[in-house]
Amino acid sequence: MTNDLATPNNELVDDLDGHQGLRLGSLRLLGSWRTAGIAIPFIILFITLSAASQPFLHTSNLINILDQQAATLCIAAAGTLVLVAGGIDLSVGATYGLATVVSGEIGLHHSALLAMGASIAVGLLVGLINGIIVTVFRINALITTLAMSFVIGGIALKVAAGNLIVLSGDGGFAKFATSSFLSVPSPVWVTLLFVVVLGLLLSRTTVGRYMVASGGNAEAARLAGVRVNRIRVIAFVLSGGAAGLGGVIDISRLLSAQASGGGTALAFTVLAGIVVGGTSIAGGEGSVWRTAIGVLFIALIGNGFNLLGVDPLYQQIVLGLILLIAVGLDAWARSRRR
Amino acid sequence: MPTRTFDEQSVSSFDNPGGDLVVAGVSKRFGGVPALSDVSLTIEPGKVHALIGENGAGKSTLGKIISGVLEPDSGTLTMGGTPLVLRSPREAIGHGIITIAQELAIVPGLSVAENVYLGSEFATAGFVRRREVRRRFRELAHRAGFDLSPDVLAGSLSTADQQKVEILRALSRNASIVVMDEPTAALSGNEAAALHEIIRSLARRGSAVILISHFLSEVLSLADTITTLRDGHLVRTVEAKDATTESLIEGMLGRTLSSAFPDKKLAGSDAPIVLEVDQLRAPGVDDCSFVLRRGEILGIAGLVGAGRSELARAIFRDAKVSQGTVRLDGTELAGHSPHRSIHRGLVLIPESRKSMGLMMSRSVRENISLSRLDLLSRFSWIAGIRERREVARVMEQTTVKAASMALPAMMLSGGNQQKLLFARSMMKTPSVLIADEPTRGVDVGSKRAIYDLLAQMADDGMGIIVISSELDEVLGLAHRVLVMRNGRFTADLTGSDMNEQAVLAAAFDETIAN
Repeated sequence: MTNDLATPNNELVDDLDGHQGLRLGSLRLLGSWRTAGIAIPFIILFITLSAASQPFLHTSNLINILDQQAATLCIAAAGTLVLVAGGIDLSVGATYGLATVVSGEIGLHHSALLAMGASIAVGLLVGLINGIIVTVFRINALITTLAMSFVIGGIALKVAAGNLIVLSGDGGFAKFATSSFLSVPSPVWVTLLFVVVLGLLLSRTTVGRYMVASGGNAEAARLAGVRVNRIRVIAFVLSGGAAGLGGVIDISRLLSAQASGGGTALAFTVLAGIVVGGTSIAGGEGSVWRTAIGVLFIALIGNGFNLLGVDPLYQQIVLGLILLIAVGLDAWARSRRR
Repeated sequence: MPTRTFDEQSVSSFDNPGGDLVVAGVSKRFGGVPALSDVSLTIEPGKVHALIGENGAGKSTLGKIISGVLEPDSGTLTMGGTPLVLRSPREAIGHGIITIAQELAIVPGLSVAENVYLGSEFATAGFVRRREVRRRFRELAHRAGFDLSPDVLAGSLSTADQQKVEILRALSRNASIVVMDEPTAALSGNEAAALHEIIRSLARRGSAVILISHFLSEVLSLADTITTLRDGHLVRTVEAKDATTESLIEGMLGRTLSSAFPDKKLAGSDAPIVLEVDQLRAPGVDDCSFVLRRGEILGIAGLVGAGRSELARAIFRDAKVSQGTVRLDGTELAGHSPHRSIHRGLVLIPESRKSMGLMMSRSVRENISLSRLDLLSRFSWIAGIRERREVARVMEQTTVKAASMALPAMMLSGGNQQKLLFARSMMKTPSVLIADEPTRGVDVGSKRAIYDLLAQMADDGMGIIVISSELDEVLGLAHRVLVMRNGRFTADLTGSDMNEQAVLAAAFDETIAN
């Protein structure tokens, strides 16, 4: 018990409830839960599926899951940074859609490399606009990115003129998707690299530290000399760029692009993965590798249900419940700390 | 749920309050520190009873006990001879004791009438009977002599009118006692005069008004009875007509400076100037100029709301500065960026470590290294070993005690949390440090450690500005004291002029500053 406080003031009350030993114990437990958090259910699910379904553990099935989830993983990894920095990006689905159609249109007439670059550039640009609106004009990130997703979605429809853009099967896109190294397809390698880089960015660099500080206590971060606005813009730019990269991966795999390709479903799948991974929607904490596990956890549920022949209906219900549990645990952890 | 609705009986009974409120032998401690010791007084209906004292003298604590926010550790309250046990503001309201707090409690998005009857709406099957509300409101406003439209949104009113809304709410709830904590602190001259008239009319109608105020002239002109508190003790209760500004200040004084401060090593008058503030104007800051020399500790005293923190943030370039210059080490500090201030060697330890200082759930290490990660990284990659080494160095230098630098900041005691902010400032020795309320909510032992730290920093050649509401602290630490009132400096005190009498006089009333 601290015997702080010479003068009665508000802080007093907070300091008085500091049964430090007790809080220390529950916090450590909480900390370890947060770190282990999603890993334990993931391993349990993995073992269960391995036992219940013969084809599950096949290398081809596992690589297929990774290949399918590549775009989502990239976008969710960057989205984690946005959440940690105290924002949220609901526009990634629309950005992904716009990036793919722009890239597809260019890919029809020019080199695939140029088209891929364009996809990422479109994503970065949208992210920059999001970041500027949120920080300079101080509009709530949720509303900004929601509104932007309508604007971008409209532009994407205009670009594609409502068509499905189909690319040739022997261009650069197809080569990228079908090439592999150590029998793992290139898109998976790119994703792995991207996720690792962002993970290190968040946990080992000054920018990552500033993101955590900005999301944890923006006022304190600013007074400590952190350029909070700049940091948040960086997070949004990375998130937009990741949507562009996700677009590149998916066009290559599917050899087609469509304005409505991502949409709100992708934005929410990404968010679900991040939250299931234990990153707090309130900002200030989170980790990229746990997001990756969160995304794969959701993917495993889908894969497992398919392999076991369970009605996809239940898949949705289970996913919803898991999300509620993840957010509930976060809220509970926060309330315990007060 | 049955609510106390505004009925005809309660309309008439606010003219007939419930007799004397007797506070007998009330004591209250916070975590072992006494805030009120054995205070007894009698509040009479139809009178304005003022409570005065320095910051932390216990006047707000007493106000909160009377209004049910705090429960006394010992002692009793009785009203009209019946014992009064108040466990919540709601119970106090039930006994006709209404508080009008420093921070107004209106709902900006509701109309004036809806605010007045908030929590006691006349409803039929869940629907508020608007017409009835409006009729009652007009009646009430007329009785109180206020000219307020019931339908205007409360958020669009001036502060003074919002206070009227609160007062009407108090009246509608059958208030026999109205507790007002610094009601005019946020008001302009005209608005304050209007409120004074309202306070007088409340008393005329038979309510007792408990007025907690820093403004001695206000107290002298409004109050019938004045109680002075000091360090939680009641000094005396006098009739206002027998009191003068001088006698009130004398009553609030009387404490010898404790020897809990390090020796002062005065900076020479020829020491180089590290900070020069010239005619600075910013929100809450009006034309402030001063210079700070190497090795000097400058104290800034004044009441809460006098503009001290605003000045600190204007110098730190965290507020929009409308006029004037700040020169740090001879070069002008322009723009609007705490980041640049810190990198130029000016650091601020903000007044609230919880909301403005620390990331409470992050580790000690991250909290300390945050400001100067640039020194610990190459191409933005943080050198982990170097970070831990440097953090350990400044933790030792600033005597932070933590079982591990991996612990979250919230696990530390208040004193150690405060020292974290000092440690952060010392990652690279700044040339000027501004410490705003450096010992708020800190235990006695840590206080001394923080004083030693500040003295050591000055001795090492930094310029230090200490802003504090604790007069002892300012006088005990500072080599020179500037007193602020209403955003301006009202006194510049050094040597033997630097005493409580002079500081309080300048802080409370500029007319007697000289």
